Amino acid sequence: MSGIPHDHYEPKTGIEKWVHARLPIVGLLYDTLMIPTPKNLNWMWIWGIVLAFCLVLQIVTGIILAMHYTPHVAMAFDSVEHIMRDVNAGWALRYLHANGASLFFFAVYIHIFRGIYYGSYKAPREVTWIVGMLIYLVMMATGFLGYVLPWGQMSFWGATVITGFAGAIPGVGEMIQTWILGGPAVDNATLNRFFSLHYLLPFVLAALVVVHIWAFHTTGNNNPAGVEVRRGSKEEAKKDTLPFWPYFVIKDLFALAVVLLVFFAFVYFQPNYGGHPDNYTEANPLVTPAHIVPEWYYLPFYAILRAFTSDVWAVQLASLITGGIVDAKFFGVIAMFGSIVVMVFIPWLDTSSVRSGKYRPSFKWWFWVLVLDFLVLTWCGAQPAEGMVPVISLIGASFWFAYFLIILPLLGVLEKPLPVPATIEEDFDSHYPPKDALASAAE
Amino acid sequence: MIRKSILAALVAFGLGASGASAAGGGGHVEDFAFSFEGPFGTYDPAQLRRGLQVFTEVCSACHGLRQVAFRTLGDPGGPQLSEDEVKAYAAEFDIYDAELDDDRPGKPADKFPVNNGVGAPDLSMMAKARAGFHGPGGLGINQLLKGMGGAEYIASILTGYTDHEKEEAGATLYENTAFGGYLSMGPPLEDGSVDYEDGHPNDLHHLSADVSAFLMWAAEPKLVARKQTGFLVITFMILLTSLLYLTNKKLWAKEKRKA
Repeated sequence: MSGIPHDHYEPKTGIEKWVHARLPIVGLLYDTLMIPTPKNLNWMWIWGIVLAFCLVLQIVTGIILAMHYTPHVAMAFDSVEHIMRDVNAGWALRYLHANGASLFFFAVYIHIFRGIYYGSYKAPREVTWIVGMLIYLVMMATGFLGYVLPWGQMSFWGATVITGFAGAIPGVGEMIQTWILGGPAVDNATLNRFFSLHYLLPFVLAALVVVHIWAFHTTGNNNPAGVEVRRGSKEEAKKDTLPFWPYFVIKDLFALAVVLLVFFAFVYFQPNYGGHPDNYTEANPLVTPAHIVPEWYYLPFYAILRAFTSDVWAVQLASLITGGIVDAKFFGVIAMFGSIVVMVFIPWLDTSSVRSGKYRPSFKWWFWVLVLDFLVLTWCGAQPAEGMVPVISLIGASFWFAYFLIILPLLGVLEKPLPVPATIEEDFDSHYPPKDALASAAE
Repeated sequence: MIRKSILAALVAFGLGASGASAAGGGGHVEDFAFSFEGPFGTYDPAQLRRGLQVFTEVCSACHGLRQVAFRTLGDPGGPQLSEDEVKAYAAEFDIYDAELDDDRPGKPADKFPVNNGVGAPDLSMMAKARAGFHGPGGLGINQLLKGMGGAEYIASILTGYTDHEKEEAGATLYENTAFGGYLSMGPPLEDGSVDYEDGHPNDLHHLSADVSAFLMWAAEPKLVARKQTGFLVITFMILLTSLLYLTNKKLWAKEKRKA
C-alpha cells in the first residue's frame, strides 16, 4: 500500500517470521490499525465507527432472528410475535434489529453530509466516495427487503409500491415487476426471495465496506482543514498525524458509547417510535392502508418520487418529447433514482479548488440549505400528498437537483475562498496552541 | 457545526415517527393516565386482572386474542394469576385439539382461541397497531413525549360513543369521537357493565381504562422486563461512557498540550 510513510510491522521472533513469510496477515492488521491519521479530525469523523458497529449489530441480531423466523405468508407475522413473546430475549433482539436499522441510516446520513461539507469526495478520494454511495444503495435495498419480512400491512403495501417502480418502466415494466415478485402480486414467492436476499446483501455490504476502508487507507483520511498530510518523510508525516491506535480507537469508542446511550434509550424505552403502527396488523391484500408510508429513512426520496406529478411542466415536456413513453410515474422513478445517482458525480460537479467547506464562505450557506432541504423533504414524504405538500415537495426536489447540477459547479467559479492552513499541524496548533507559543505570546 | 448537525439529525429522527401520524383517523384521543407510561412505568397487576375480567365477560364474545398464551397470565410483569387460577381460567375455554380432532378444555400452554365469528379483529396486537398521539404538524414530538398512545386510543374509542347512529347498507353504524366517524361496533361497555370483586369503581371510564391496560399488556407482555433491562443497560453505558471519556481525555492530554 502506498500512502503516508509510517513504521511497518517487523516480525521479530522466529514464529512471527515464519508466519509473515507465508501469510503477512499480522502485518496487514498492524498496518491497518496503526495507520497515520490526521490529528485534527473533529467529532464528525466518528460516524464511520458507528456505522461499522451497526453492520455488526445487524448481522449478529439478524442471524439469531433468522433462527426463529418463518418466511411464509401464513406464518411470518406469527413467527415474529413468537420471537417477541416466547424466544428468550427475543423482544430485545428484534427491537435492537429494527431500531438498529434506524441508527444505521441516521449515522449514514450524517456521514454523507460530513463528506459533502468537508469535500471528502474530492480527488484523490473519488473511489472512496463512489464505493460509499454503492454501500448506501445496498443499505437501502437491504432495509427495504427487511421491512417486508414481518409481513405487516406496511410490509405488504410498501413492497407493492416499491416493486411498482419497476412496473413504471415503459413497455417491459410489468414483465420485470412480475419477475421480481415471482408472480403477479406480492405473495409467498416474494416473501421467500426477499428473505433470501435480505440475508445475502449484508455480506455484500461487508465486502463493500472493506473496499471503502481500503480506498481511504490508500489515500489517507480527509480532515476538517482539507489539506493533505505531508508525505516527504516519516518525521514530517508524524507532525500531521497520530496513529489510529490508540488515539482514534479510544476517541471513536467514546463517541460510539455516547451514541449508543441514546440508541439504547430508544430501544428499551420507546422501541416503536420509529415504526408504523399499521405494521402490527398482519398483511391483508384486500385492505389498503389509508396512507402508505415508507420507513423514515426513505422519506426524502419518496417525496421526490411523488413531487413530479403530471401537472409539472418538466413532466409534460418529457412526455411530449418521448411521445408519452415517459409518463409522470416513470418520471418520478427516474427523479428518485436520479437524486441519488447525481450524488455519485459530486467529485466532478464540485469545481472549487478548496476542499473543506470551512474555508468556503458561500458554500457553507448552500450546504445548510441542502441539509434543510433534506429535512423538509423527509417531512413531505411522511405527509399525505395534499394541500401544500406537493408544492413544497416539488420545490424541495428541484433544489436538490439544482444544488448538485447548478449551484455546486458555479460556486467553485464565483466564490472567493478564505485562506487555507498550510498544514494539518498548523490547523491543530490553532486549536491547541503549543506551550512555548503561549509563553512567547505572553512576553 | 457539530451541535447543529446533532440537532438537525434529532429533528430528522423525530420526523420518522410522523409516519405514525398518517395512520389515525383524525378523531380525538383522550390522554388517559396509565401506570405503564414513561420510563419508570410498570403494569398494575390488579388493573390487568380487572381488564382481563372485562375482556372475558364482554370483548371475548366477538374478539379473539390468538397470540396470547394462557400461561403468560401468570408471568411476572403481567396479571400474575396464580398457577391454579391460570389452569382454571384456561379450562373455561374450549380448544380444538388436532390430535383428538375434537374440542377439549383449555390448558395453560394453549393460546386464546381464534374468534372471528362476526368479523371482529383480533385484539392481541391492537394496542400497538393503533396510535393515539400524533404531530404536531407531523413532527412526531407528541409521540416522543407521551408515547405512541395505543392504549389511550382504545380507551378513547370505548368512551367516545355519542349515541348517534346511522343505517348504511343494512348495517347500523355508531358515531365515535375517537374514531372520528362511524364505527360498526356498537358501544360495548357502559357504567356497571362488569362487577369487580374488589369493589373497584366500575363506571365506563374505569372499565375502559382497565381493559385498555390489559390489551396493552397483551400486545407488549415484555414491557416490564424491557424497561428493567433498559435501566441496567443505561447504567452500564453511563459507566462505560464515563470511563472512556476519562481514558480519551488522558490519552490526548499531551497532544493537546493540556497535560
